[in-house]
Amino acid sequence: MLRRRRRPPGPGTGGSGPQGPPGISTTGRRAGLFCVLLTVLLGVQATRVQFFQAKRYDHNPANQRPAILRYDQPRGPILVGSDPVTGSVPTGGRFDYKRSYPDGPLYAAVTGYSSQIYGNTQLEGTEDALLSGTDSRLAGWALWDALSRHQDPGGQVHTTINKAAQQAAMQGLGNQKGAVAAIEPATGRILALASTPSYDPGSFAGSANADQEAWTKLQADPDQPMLNRALRQTYPPGSTFKVVTAAAALTAGVVTDVNAPTGAPWPYVMPGTTTTLVNDTTACDRPNLDLDTAMTLSCNSVMGYLGVQTGLDKMVATAQKFGFNDARLDTPVRAARSNFDTGMNQSQLALSSIGQFDTAATPLVMAMVAAGVADNGTVMYPQLVDKLTRSDGSTVQLMQPRSYSQAMSPVVAGQVQQLMTDVVDNGTGRNARIDGATVGGKTGTAQHGVDNSGVPYAWFISWAKPSGSTQVPPVAVAVVIADSDATDVTGGGLAAPIARSVMQAVLGGGS
Amino acid sequence: MATPAALANAGREGPAPRPRTGRNTELLLLVGAVAVAVFGYVEVGVNIDGHAPADAARYGAALGGLALAAHVLVRWRARYADPLLLPTGVLLNGIGLVVIYRLDRATPRSHAAPTQLLWSTLGVALFALVVVLLRDHRWLRRYAYSGALVALVLLVAPIFFPAVYGSRIWITVGSFSIQPGEFAKILLVVFFAAYLATHRDALALTGKQLWKLRLPPGRVLGPILLVWAAFVGVLVLETDLGTSLLYFGIFVVLLYVATARTGWIAIGLLLAAVGVVAVGWLSPHVHGRVDQWLHPLASIGAGQGANQIAQSLFAFAWGGLLGEGLGRGHSILIGFAAKSDFILATVGEELGLVGLLAVFLLYSVLVARGYRTGIALRDPFGRLLAIGLATIIGLQVFVVAGGVLDLIPLTGATLPFVAQGGSSVVTNWIIVALLVRLSDTARRPAPPALEG
Repeated sequence: MLRRRRRPPGPGTGGSGPQGPPGISTTGRRAGLFCVLLTVLLGVQATRVQFFQAKRYDHNPANQRPAILRYDQPRGPILVGSDPVTGSVPTGGRFDYKRSYPDGPLYAAVTGYSSQIYGNTQLEGTEDALLSGTDSRLAGWALWDALSRHQDPGGQVHTTINKAAQQAAMQGLGNQKGAVAAIEPATGRILALASTPSYDPGSFAGSANADQEAWTKLQADPDQPMLNRALRQTYPPGSTFKVVTAAAALTAGVVTDVNAPTGAPWPYVMPGTTTTLVNDTTACDRPNLDLDTAMTLSCNSVMGYLGVQTGLDKMVATAQKFGFNDARLDTPVRAARSNFDTGMNQSQLALSSIGQFDTAATPLVMAMVAAGVADNGTVMYPQLVDKLTRSDGSTVQLMQPRSYSQAMSPVVAGQVQQLMTDVVDNGTGRNARIDGATVGGKTGTAQHGVDNSGVPYAWFISWAKPSGSTQVPPVAVAVVIADSDATDVTGGGLAAPIARSVMQAVLGGGS
Repeated sequence: MATPAALANAGREGPAPRPRTGRNTELLLLVGAVAVAVFGYVEVGVNIDGHAPADAARYGAALGGLALAAHVLVRWRARYADPLLLPTGVLLNGIGLVVIYRLDRATPRSHAAPTQLLWSTLGVALFALVVVLLRDHRWLRRYAYSGALVALVLLVAPIFFPAVYGSRIWITVGSFSIQPGEFAKILLVVFFAAYLATHRDALALTGKQLWKLRLPPGRVLGPILLVWAAFVGVLVLETDLGTSLLYFGIFVVLLYVATARTGWIAIGLLLAAVGVVAVGWLSPHVHGRVDQWLHPLASIGAGQGANQIAQSLFAFAWGGLLGEGLGRGHSILIGFAAKSDFILATVGEELGLVGLLAVFLLYSVLVARGYRTGIALRDPFGRLLAIGLATIIGLQVFVVAGGVLDLIPLTGATLPFVAQGGSSVVTNWIIVALLVRLSDTARRPAPPALEG
């Protein structure tokens, strides 16, 4: 800078006399000072922009840099077993890489999508930091990386999905509208997560016009292909909910022997009303049926009566142990909240106990119901991710199975298991029978719509284990068919065969 | 930059038994300047391709050769010249070439760095020509009036050529285009310096007293106001607001330096305010610029995406303190003029606040040494000329940098030495050559007292 202070202004060379105006030496220094002031102004403004306001500009939605940075390296893969089900391909555009899905529709309900325009959802969203390489756990030297702006390669997400079960679920659903959730009861690992109609997340992964068109088309589709029905949609569970009611009644001691008469009246007029709770089959139209028969035949009157006898509090408590009313069920992808009302009168409770009224469940939660029964009463937290690793395969985080709740005692669980195997062996769930395996299940055909005018939801929940095995069954599954061209829409007819093929896929040791 | 040591060296002045020329200091600084530029060139290659550019050695040799040639000439014909001027020019020119090369890598279809190197060579050639041929700066004084006329012609000429990006400041013949206004700057400063040196006493001491301000006499003020009005008028017609602002600033600064009359500043500011309001009112082009300055992010809210100022601010902000590193930024998002008017944004993004302040500091060195020369000289013409030339650089940096940093409204002007643009580089080399010549005179030890 100017070193003007070394020489004091004054009678310099060429200045005017002492009485005259200051000479050029003085005015020149002052003008120089003005130039210094301008430079200081520039420095101050640069500091404001580059330091104090930098964050604000960096996060401005019109700033493309965060996106450029995010896509300038391949995104880490999501794996099923040891095979990646996602890829990353160079685009040749401003965003260097975009997500690809070699088998997009098959795994769309597992992966979600990662789009340069429309963001990241589901597993792509919850594990985004790891996949895109920004997760601090990926860094070897966090401070040095921050200083040098080093970017770690994207990590890997290993899912719990069983490829054979997933394929069986998608094949079974075919072109019907529905969903499948399958869980390993002892661990809570999610084996299959399927939703149809599905979509190809790769069709709008980039930022080209074609991507926008594909997205617009999917958004406008009345069949909602991008809705994850296995996790994000609830349906009235209908008679499959009777498993919960049975567990609650047994736990409360309302029923102690599944083969003893329950004292249920017929016809059953719901308390406080003049309405009778009707059955779908005349075989149920007898008073004082035992619980085993009531479950096998799916008798509404008996189960409604038992729900009321058990009482609201205990019904709510049991339902919540299976995952109902949990608004934060994170697999880590968050499941929609399944509902069992906590304030109801007795007639509403009777209806709710057979999975009607306001009761609604995601396929995931109904799979947790089957899994809890299979795992001797212990409900495990459902998890979609096995482990997170760095790009070199070293572990970032290993998921441990954790208990969600003890929904019932092992004794009660044994009784409910018996009820469910009887449903498959002798009752409405015959379509789920597997040679060489013990299968327990429950059908459901839920009415909905104004005056029950909609095509009913066909449900089936079940678990299976090799015959004679004393281990916890390796698979529990829930299937819902929301819309089908079939003439006879029942859980046993439509949903049970799908559950059967998914269970077979797991039992068959398919990887 | 080894400036602190150099400053310490250069500060040791005064009567000494063997006068220091500073030429060895200059050589050392030149080596450093070329090394910094070559290092930057290599860094661009490493960051983009993973290896140094194949022609890094050739690039270094070209820049080094130019610097060495200039240095030898200075040693020969201006051995007492200020040793900081040439190295600072070489370093700024080198940084400019590196940044333009870096931006070329983002625009595969348009390569500006080779052309810029060619213009830089021409610039150094003209530097040499001035240093060798101009034995005494007072020679310029004789041609001040004809120079002003030439400058006016140069300024008017582009009006007859098509407007480019809203401004008529280019003369375009085929793919070749020059900005004559750049050269006119020097001629205008020469004229101002000559005129004010002649009439400064009349301007300073006569005139009516109005309250506390002493107004200048119309007789002396008339011609200079006329010339100034002609220049600014032409520039407003060409809608080149940056250059009009620059000329106006130089005019006011030189008037003040010559006459020490604060009245000039008051009148100057008043005229500037009137001018800016009038132009802002009349010209939609300028009006839009003012709007963008006040609300740089407004176009985003309106759904039209980020405008150039917003993109420029994004680039600076992304650079943060230390910068992304050469070749790793995305200032190309600014779009058109990224290599010229907005080149500073690339410096900010890739070299960070630290790099940006270093560049500002380099300009400050040039300006400070120019002022120092002006203060040290003895003849009023030389003093005003040196100060005027330094002011050109100082004000131009402020106008450009202030514009892209959203400190003042954006006006199209080029960053001295760094921005793409042949006319600009050549002009700046001539300015440095004149300063070298002037400082040689200023620092030359007085001959044995014979003249009187």
